[in-house]
Amino acid sequence: MAELLNSLDRNVVLGMAQAAAAIALCFGVVMLCRRFAVHVERETVISLARGLVQMVAVGVVLALLLHGNLLIASLILLAMACAAAVTASRRAPEIKNPLLVCFYAIAAGSSVVIAVLLATKTLTTDLVVLVPVGSMIIANAMNACAQAMERFKADVTDHVGLIETGLALGAEPTATVAPYVQTAVYASLLPRLDMLKSLGFVWIPGVMAGMLVSGASPIYAGIFQFIVVAMILAASGIAGLVATLLMRARVFSTAAQLTLRPGISESQHSRETNLAV
Amino acid sequence: MSETSSKESTVKPQRSDEGSPVSTPALEAEHLSRAVVGKVITNNISVQVHVGEILAVVVPSGSGKSSFLRLLNRLDEPTNGVVRLRGQDYRELAPEELRRRVGMVMQSAYLFPGTVAENIKYGPSQQGSSLPVEQIAALLQRVGLSGYQKRDVSNLSGGEAQRVSIARTLANAPEVLLLDEPTSALDEESAREVEDLLLDIIRERQMTCVIVTHNNAQAGRLADRTMIIEDGKPVAVGPTSEVLKNG
Repeated sequence: MAELLNSLDRNVVLGMAQAAAAIALCFGVVMLCRRFAVHVERETVISLARGLVQMVAVGVVLALLLHGNLLIASLILLAMACAAAVTASRRAPEIKNPLLVCFYAIAAGSSVVIAVLLATKTLTTDLVVLVPVGSMIIANAMNACAQAMERFKADVTDHVGLIETGLALGAEPTATVAPYVQTAVYASLLPRLDMLKSLGFVWIPGVMAGMLVSGASPIYAGIFQFIVVAMILAASGIAGLVATLLMRARVFSTAAQLTLRPGISESQHSRETNLAV
Repeated sequence: MSETSSKESTVKPQRSDEGSPVSTPALEAEHLSRAVVGKVITNNISVQVHVGEILAVVVPSGSGKSSFLRLLNRLDEPTNGVVRLRGQDYRELAPEELRRRVGMVMQSAYLFPGTVAENIKYGPSQQGSSLPVEQIAALLQRVGLSGYQKRDVSNLSGGEAQRVSIARTLANAPEVLLLDEPTSALDEESAREVEDLLLDIIRERQMTCVIVTHNNAQAGRLADRTMIIEDGKPVAVGPTSEVLKNG
């Protein structure tokens, strides 16, 4: 509690004033959009309100748990992974158990990477270090998962004729969608690959900026930032791949029938199949 | 059902001197039904197709034309009934094996990106075997596309693409051929050429064939027997000349 009270200092008041200025600018942009008949008023208000409340809440939680141990940090990261899975699963409601698919993918990607970061002592087990960096990794794994699922779904529903032709020629289901697995995983990695390529030239990410502000060696800060972005790429690759492979298994029935078709969902297909004699 | 179908709804199998059936049907659907979200698409269809026989399934436009064929090679799951291939319940077969034995030519050619030869090789390659170049050449010659092996499929006309699709299905050497309105996407001249080609191949190979069409004249030209389906339900089945005369 003392930590929390300490954090409610003049900087917080200043921060709120700065946040108000940022919100005002966002409203200005919304008004500008409105002039061009782009109506994002409601969505912007909700997003800004959610963003502010969530970040303040995170600050409060971090202040309360500043000296928490690895177990508490792990529980926080697990909760974040669950929330990320809920968000990503909205991209593919047609498949069976989308929440589980997303959770497995995000958890696989982020846990492997965080474990490697801890094992190599790139990260310490301090909650204030582990949770912010872990959340970046989870957020990127979530994006990769959602992008992979969305791309795979779009490719499958766009190529139903070709896929069913392959099935009708006696191909294994996995062979008929192999090109779409490749494009989905690639699509989920592309933003992270671009991010890595542009590192230092186009943007200096927040972690490095924060380390520089707090007086760390610029070279070490640069290397540390590279490691974090490289790990984000690794987490995204694992999450995208796991999400796509789990989804691939769910777009076919046990009788090798394509269940993800425009106008028919997997769950609907399951109900039909269950009726079969 | 009409008067025609009130007779025995299937052609009787040929009988030996002792009167016992000489062969089981190549393909048999029994009480086959499929409903999607409570809507019945295929309703209690029972029909037998014997070896070397061509059955036309005449379905009015917009009446779920492909549904019955998709049940026959298990691209869709029936909600009731069963299909037998040479007397064996098709659920006992691996779907991949079933679909190799019951080949299907779709309404659109749906060629895989690449060359004509790569498309022809697709089916056998899925079984882990490589189709010899001589066989590819022979199949292409049979469908009137000699020398097309290296052509990119994106440069083919609609009629040529459908011929490649037919050759690709034949490369699996199926026992039964399902044709889903194979000429409906073609211009009149190409349609007639593809139809003649199909009839020649089916007769020459003594293939068992089920063709779905909305065209009575096409059924008359191709089929030994015809079944008319309305609203998913069979309303007439019998020798083509009789069914079409009564229809």
